Amino acid sequence: MRQSENPKFLGTEELLGWDEVTQGVVLDSFVDEVDNVAFLKQEERPYAEFNSFTASVADWRVVKPIYNRDICIDCQNCWIFCPDTSIISRDKKMIGIDFDHCKGCGVCVEVCPTNPKSLLMFEERQDIDEALSKWPEKKKKSKKEEEK
Amino acid sequence: MAEKMELDKVVVWDGNYAAAQALRQAQVDVVSAYPITPSTGVVEGYGKFLSDGYVDGEFIMVESEHAAMSGCVGAAAAGGRVATATSSQGFALMAEVLYQASGMRLPIVLCVVNRALASPLNVRGDHSDMYLGRDSGWIQLDAFNAQEAYDLVLMAFKIGEKHNVRLPVMVHQDGFITSHTAQNVHPLSDDEAYAFVGDYKPLDELLDFSRPVTYGAQTEEDWHYEHKAKQHKALIDSRVEIDAVFAEFEKITGRKYKRVESYMMDDADVAIVALGTTVETAKMVAEELRKEEGIKAGVVAPRVFRPFPFDAIKETLANVKAVGCMDRSAPGGALGALYNEVTSALHSGGSTALVTNYIYGLGGRDLTVDAIKDIYRELDKNAKSGKRSGKIQQFVSLRGPKLEYFE
Repeated sequence: MRQSENPKFLGTEELLGWDEVTQGVVLDSFVDEVDNVAFLKQEERPYAEFNSFTASVADWRVVKPIYNRDICIDCQNCWIFCPDTSIISRDKKMIGIDFDHCKGCGVCVEVCPTNPKSLLMFEERQDIDEALSKWPEKKKKSKKEEEK
Repeated sequence: MAEKMELDKVVVWDGNYAAAQALRQAQVDVVSAYPITPSTGVVEGYGKFLSDGYVDGEFIMVESEHAAMSGCVGAAAAGGRVATATSSQGFALMAEVLYQASGMRLPIVLCVVNRALASPLNVRGDHSDMYLGRDSGWIQLDAFNAQEAYDLVLMAFKIGEKHNVRLPVMVHQDGFITSHTAQNVHPLSDDEAYAFVGDYKPLDELLDFSRPVTYGAQTEEDWHYEHKAKQHKALIDSRVEIDAVFAEFEKITGRKYKRVESYMMDDADVAIVALGTTVETAKMVAEELRKEEGIKAGVVAPRVFRPFPFDAIKETLANVKAVGCMDRSAPGGALGALYNEVTSALHSGGSTALVTNYIYGLGGRDLTVDAIKDIYRELDKNAKSGKRSGKIQQFVSLRGPKLEYFE
């Protein structure tokens, strides 16, 4: 799903002089004081400029996962295992991938239990609609497995 | 609430116990420690005060000094008053985290009971651990006896915790000679001491959930340099706050501290610059030589090793003709650190004093009164003749042929 339309890539922030940087490299997470922030969804939080959520690292990625909603069973495996909290799930429904922070590690594909998988890795330049139109068919169990 | 302890006006404490009492009186919230000889008594003392109800705090037992200082970093970032103690190998193992603490501007107090670094393994006092910390970004205060160890630990909290300083502070004392020698100490009462140190005023604390912050961010070539420059400025500028705390301490105790201590320097022709317990022996020797041999001897001692008192050293030694810089650490293929730093200060003031670098006391080797007398006599000879009689770097009280370098 998401990649910001005008992503602010890490390293493109405005550079400050030594007299302007924070003491002890302490970085605010939010622009304002917050109350019970753990209960706010990411899109509701007042993230500060130097919070890592604000910066896009999409350019670190060479391969990306593409997600097929038609096959997904919302088991939440990918959400649990993603090391970059880049699987977006709301009310236990998988709604997409945060492409500003996904590094393309492929763990989500690895742990996806459906047949065929609901997540597959593609070249970064792959068009999403085209990939979805050529999604693999359900794999038949081999004869040996059937005999078991 | 912690119980209060009734203390006599004069007590007999060794340096370790004096430091432990100061930690108790400052009501340190967290001590994260991995005890090591000869500093064990500091954290052992705090632990006992804690168990006996004389301090409200936490003692975190960890698996190494690296973990000890890491625990201190976490507790200090969380927003507590934090201290620990170490020596030698423990200090070396802490080294990585020392830089983390100063970079994150966490006012941790570290009692360093100076001890030689292996190899060969050695538990006695020299200054190689103190020197290992000299680029770590910490304030380094040096005590020459148990009283000063007590005083400086109390002052360390007050200096480091100021919001315009926010730097960790080491308080050094010599292994065994200070740490294990019982001496007269004049302590403050618990109330006086705590009133002097004051309540801890947290800054950017992790436990403020209304304002979550990140500690320990990564910065590369586009940000790192600015942050290190800002940190250096805080350390250099802490000189003003150190002076202010020394002045405030003098008001309540009558005990005067200066960033550079000097003895009989008003008319001195020759001076020894030293750290630690050597300062006290040198003072005694200088007095004797003035009486017995008419040598106009003085002693200069950086009380504050970092930030290095460049200006004050230059001023104090401005009129001296010969200087002996005493380095109690294996110089590792260079001139001693004190020699290098003192000569650069002297040079900037246009001094033409003849400066000699005496390496001494490694691994706890005693520096005798006679050895210091010989040093003063050589300095006096240099001062009178206007030329150096020996080489620039000399090893003192060393068996075997004389080891000396550079002319």
